[in-house]
Amino acid sequence: MQDVNDIVRKINPPMVEGDHDYGTVTDKISDITLKKRTPFGWFIGFGISFMVAQLLLFTTLYLVTNGVGIWANNQPVGWAFPIINFVWWIGIGHAGTLISAILLLLNQKWRTSINRFAEAMTLFAVACAGLFPILHTGRPWLAYWLLPYPNTMGMWPQFRSPLMWDVFAVSTYATVSLLFWYVGLIPDIATLRDRAKNKWFKYAYGLLSWGWRGSARHWHRYEIAYLLLAGLSTPLVLSVHSIVSLDFSVAQLPGWHATIFPPYFVAGAIFAGFAMVLILTIPLRVWYNMKDLITDTHLIYMGKVMLATGLIVCYGYAMEAFFAWYSAAEYEVFMMYNRMFEGPYWWSYWLLILCNGISIQFLWFKRFRESPFWLFIISIVVSIGMWLERFVIIITSLQRDFLPSSWGMYSPTIFDWTMYIGTIGFFFALIFLFVRMLPVISIFEVRTLLPQAEVKRKGEEH
Amino acid sequence: MAQLFHRGANHVAKASMVAVVVLGGLVFFAYTQIARSSYLTNRYLERPQPVQFSHKHHVGDDGIDCRYCHTSVETAASAGMPPTQTCMNCHNQLWADSPYLEPVQSSFRENTPILWERVHDLPEFAYFNHSIHVAKGVGCSTCHGQIDNMPAVYQENTLQMEWCLSCHRNPEAFIRPKSEIYNMDWKDGNLTAEQRTELGKEYKLRSRELLTSCSTCHR
Repeated sequence: MQDVNDIVRKINPPMVEGDHDYGTVTDKISDITLKKRTPFGWFIGFGISFMVAQLLLFTTLYLVTNGVGIWANNQPVGWAFPIINFVWWIGIGHAGTLISAILLLLNQKWRTSINRFAEAMTLFAVACAGLFPILHTGRPWLAYWLLPYPNTMGMWPQFRSPLMWDVFAVSTYATVSLLFWYVGLIPDIATLRDRAKNKWFKYAYGLLSWGWRGSARHWHRYEIAYLLLAGLSTPLVLSVHSIVSLDFSVAQLPGWHATIFPPYFVAGAIFAGFAMVLILTIPLRVWYNMKDLITDTHLIYMGKVMLATGLIVCYGYAMEAFFAWYSAAEYEVFMMYNRMFEGPYWWSYWLLILCNGISIQFLWFKRFRESPFWLFIISIVVSIGMWLERFVIIITSLQRDFLPSSWGMYSPTIFDWTMYIGTIGFFFALIFLFVRMLPVISIFEVRTLLPQAEVKRKGEEH
Repeated sequence: MAQLFHRGANHVAKASMVAVVVLGGLVFFAYTQIARSSYLTNRYLERPQPVQFSHKHHVGDDGIDCRYCHTSVETAASAGMPPTQTCMNCHNQLWADSPYLEPVQSSFRENTPILWERVHDLPEFAYFNHSIHVAKGVGCSTCHGQIDNMPAVYQENTLQMEWCLSCHRNPEAFIRPKSEIYNMDWKDGNLTAEQRTELGKEYKLRSRELLTSCSTCHR
C-alpha cells in the first residue's frame, strides 16, 4: 500500500506541502499584507526599483520636450528600441494569461498558487509595453488618435494596418487581464477586509470587495464570471502576439515576411513569460517563506513549460534559416547570411542562439530543473535572449534592406537605454507594491487544494 | 461586529455601475460638441480690423466684384489682399476726408501696408489653393458664406478637416456653373442632381481617391 501511495504522489505531487489546514493557509497569506511588519528587504527592493523607474520619468520628460530625435531611430532603422521593448514586454505578459486562463480550463491544479501574481505580472508588463508605442509617437497627448472615434478630421484610423490591429489587440488584452485579475481578487479582498484591524484598510478593502459576503449565490455567480473571463482570455493568449508578429510579417522586408511568425512569436512570448514568472517566484517564495505553497513541483513544471516553448522557438530559428535557403530568393538568402555571418550584428544572432537555444538544453536534466538556483539563472539568460531575438529580427532586417544605397547602422543612444531600463524599474516597483498591498497567492483557491477540500464518501476517512 | 457600510451602500454600488456608463457617454457627447464649437474653431467670430471696412457696404450695396480686390483668386493659391492703392482708386475722391479712412490715408502717405487681421487661418500643414477651387466650380459663398451680408467678416465654417472632406468626398453636391462663382445669392438647390453630375463631368473632376488622398492636401 505504501508503494501505491508513493506512485500516486509521484504522478500527482501535492500542491501544498507541510501541515496546512484552511485556517493556516489564510493566516499565512493574509498576514503578509496585514500583520507582518514590512520587511526591511522590501524597502530596499522597492527603493531601488523606484529609483530606477525615475529614469523612465526623466527620459519621458526629455522626450516630450525634445522629440524623438533623442533616440537613435533613423533611416534605415526607423523601428528600433521602442518596438523591441514593446514586443519584449508584451510577450512577458503572456505567461500570466496562459497560467490563469488556459491552465484553468485544462484543470491544471498547479496554476492555483502562482496565477495571482502571474496575472499581476501580466498587467504590469502590459503597462510597460503600452508606454513604448504611445511615447514613440513623440506626442503622447495625441495617443487617442489611435482609436476609432467620430473625430473632427472626418477620418478613421487605417484599419488595414496591423499597427491598428495592435491597438485593439493590446487594449483588449489589458482590459480582459485587468478584469480577470480583479474578479479573482474579490473573495480574497473580502477576506482581508474581514481581518483588517485598521479602519481605513477595512474601508478600502471593503470598497474593493464590492460587498462580497461569500454566500452560495455569490460563489455561483463568481464561478460563472470567472469561467467566462477565462474563456475570453484563452484566445487572447494566441491572438495578441500573433497580431504583434503581423506588424512585421505583413511587411515585405526579408527576415520579416514569413508565415511562421505568428506561432513562433506566441511560443516566444510564453517562453519569455515563464522565464519572468520564475525570476519573480524564486526570490519571492524564499523571502516570504512560501516554499510550502509554491513548491519545488511548481518550479519544475514551469521549467518544463520553458523547455517545451523554448524548443518551439528554436524550431522557429531553424525554419527562418531553412525558408531563406529554400525560397531561393536572393534577398532572403542575403538577409540570412548577413544576420548570421557577414553582417555587423552577427554577434547578436549567436548570442541569441546561446541564450535561447543552448541554455535551455540544461532543462532536460533533472539536476538543473530541480535546482531553483539554476532555474533562476536560466530564466535570466532566457529573458536576455528573448530581448536579443527582437533585436536581431528588427535591427538586422532593417539595416540591410533591398537598396545598398540606403544601408546603414544602428547604435542606441543613452536615452534608448534609460527608457528601457526605466521600464524595468517601473515594473518591479509595481510588483513590490502589489506584494505589499494585495494577497500574492489566491487564498481561497489554495484552500481547495488541501486534502480537506476533497469530497469523500460517507464513512471514508479524511 | 458592526457593519462597515450602511445598507444604502448596496444601492450606491449598483448605481455607480450605471453612472460610469452614463457619465462616460455624457463626457463623450460633450467632447463631440465642444470639439466643433466656435470656442475652438473661432467660427462666427468677428475680428476687429485696423479699418472699419464693411464687405456688406462694398459688395452688397455697391456691387463691387470680389476680384476687384482679391485679384489673384483665379490664378494663385492665395486670393490676394489688395494694396492700399486699390482703396485709393475710389477713396482719393470719395469720403477722402472721413476720419474713418484715416488709417488708409496714412498707409498710403507713409507707404506702409495696412495690417489686416487674418480671419480664415488654415494650419500650415494643409495645402490650400484658391485657383483650383474656383476653376472647378466652387463658388466664394460655398466656403465663405454670404460675405455681402457681413459688415465685419467672420468665418462661416469650421475649417476642420471633416468639413473639407465633406466636399472632397462628394464635390458634385457643392459645385456651380462658372458664371455663378461670384454670385453671393447662389443656392445649392438651384441645380438638380442630374445637372450636377453633368457639371462634374464638364469640370473633369478628379476621382474620389485622388481628391481624398493624403498628399492632395498634406504635401
